Amino acid sequence: MLTPVTPTIRSRPVYAPLEPKPGRLHLMVADGEGADALIDLLGKVNDRSQMLALAHVMYTPGPNGTDRSDALKALGVAQFFRAPTIPALLPRLIKVLADAYMGTQFYLAGTEGLIGQTEREIMATGFPVGAIQKEHRGSTVRRVQCVHCKGITESVATDPFKCSHCGLNLFVRDHYSRRIAAFQGVNIDAEDPGLVPEPVVKFT
Amino acid sequence: MSGGAKLQVVVDQVVPVNDLITRFRFVSRDGSPLPAFSGGAHTVVEMDDHGVRRLNPYSLMSDPEDRSGYEISVRRDDQGRGGSLFMHRHVKPGMEMTLSYPVNLFPLDSRAKKHLMISGGIGITPFLAQIAQLTHFGGRFELHYAARNRALGAYMDRLTSAHPDRVHCYFDEEKQAIDLNRILSNQPIGTHLYVCGPKGMINWVLATAEAMGWPRLALHHEEFLAPGTGLPFAVHLAASGKTITVGTTQSLLEAMEAAGVDAPYLCRGGACGQCETNVQKCDGTILHRDHWLSPEEHAEGRKIMPCVSRFEGKTLVIDR
Repeated sequence: MLTPVTPTIRSRPVYAPLEPKPGRLHLMVADGEGADALIDLLGKVNDRSQMLALAHVMYTPGPNGTDRSDALKALGVAQFFRAPTIPALLPRLIKVLADAYMGTQFYLAGTEGLIGQTEREIMATGFPVGAIQKEHRGSTVRRVQCVHCKGITESVATDPFKCSHCGLNLFVRDHYSRRIAAFQGVNIDAEDPGLVPEPVVKFT
Repeated sequence: MSGGAKLQVVVDQVVPVNDLITRFRFVSRDGSPLPAFSGGAHTVVEMDDHGVRRLNPYSLMSDPEDRSGYEISVRRDDQGRGGSLFMHRHVKPGMEMTLSYPVNLFPLDSRAKKHLMISGGIGITPFLAQIAQLTHFGGRFELHYAARNRALGAYMDRLTSAHPDRVHCYFDEEKQAIDLNRILSNQPIGTHLYVCGPKGMINWVLATAEAMGWPRLALHHEEFLAPGTGLPFAVHLAASGKTITVGTTQSLLEAMEAAGVDAPYLCRGGACGQCETNVQKCDGTILHRDHWLSPEEHAEGRKIMPCVSRFEGKTLVIDR
């Protein structure tokens, strides 16, 4: 199931189930439970064998450890690539994008960290961001940039949290940057240092 | 006043380009630089055709960095409503004219990795300005330009000598056709497509690209519609308290203007959306001819674009 997202402010990304579209190459990038979104996508297509023959799947386990590599490999796609982490997946994506032609369809599925960082690379080619399909599945942990030191903390689960770079106590906003592929974290005790609300697990 | 601020210009040059196309250069009357524009922009030229006011949009074709003058090319349409014939027959150097400020409804998407341009006939004009702009900024482009024959291929010599490896010309009478499938299969990711030309060409290019998986957001087109003719019809203008009759060769917008109603407009070609007007009562059929309203809005009949659309039936009341 698509992970539900409550729309709040305009910059907070929203997602929709992946739908098959005509294309010369179907580039599918997923992490963790995002694998199930790809399996569901292939279940919707009329000519499954044709889509499989034109599909390139890049996958990495989710931040919660979910690894569906075997299920994806069993689909029989033309190319399957498993990376140990998102940072290890991105160079492969960048190389594939450099060689890709218009008529390629993009399907991104999984955590917002995976979706955001792959979307950013696709966007950098000039491909319209509105034409990239994205389905959020699995873990809701956030990738957050500290607006003060600019360091990025991955897999943030609580709000507030301590910046892993400068140590400030940060409030996690819904304010999102596509360019940075991260939510914004803002110091919560600037006026009264030390007066920090109890961290609550908001993202799982 | 509707249509935005106006530019007071004088005709500097009138240059026949071929049997059908003539180029006009305008400079400001006081010698000051004209406003900057971006490639793909158009201006609305106001004509006083022996008492009939005509306002036709034309793409600016000159280098956007050249603010000493604006150039347009006008294709003579012997079957048209008369704007292009007026330009060809009556506009001479030294004549004072009025232009709208430039408006761009067909801009380059500067995020694109590459710009693929497809042009038919007089549809080349916005691309001339866009190519000049890309030449200054170092952008990558590829132009496919089809014309009926060599004599009617306006500016082909200029384009092919400046960009021999980027410009491809085709001539209908020599049975040369743009190999669209091959061209669309060979474009790097991040390419945006721009098409300007006859309606049939635009539809063919957009439909082919979409079928090949190009996203609509990467497809850009421009087509100025002439208002078209039709049966005369009566309209009640609720806000102005006037009932007017729209003549056979007149548009609803022109009829409102002739009746002294200051209705909003920009492109006058069914593209920009500025003249959108609410319909208060409609007993009959609105003949929608714009490409601004959605098909659903066309079916609902609660809005009309007076610059190009007409009406057939008993009663039409609009909020103007």
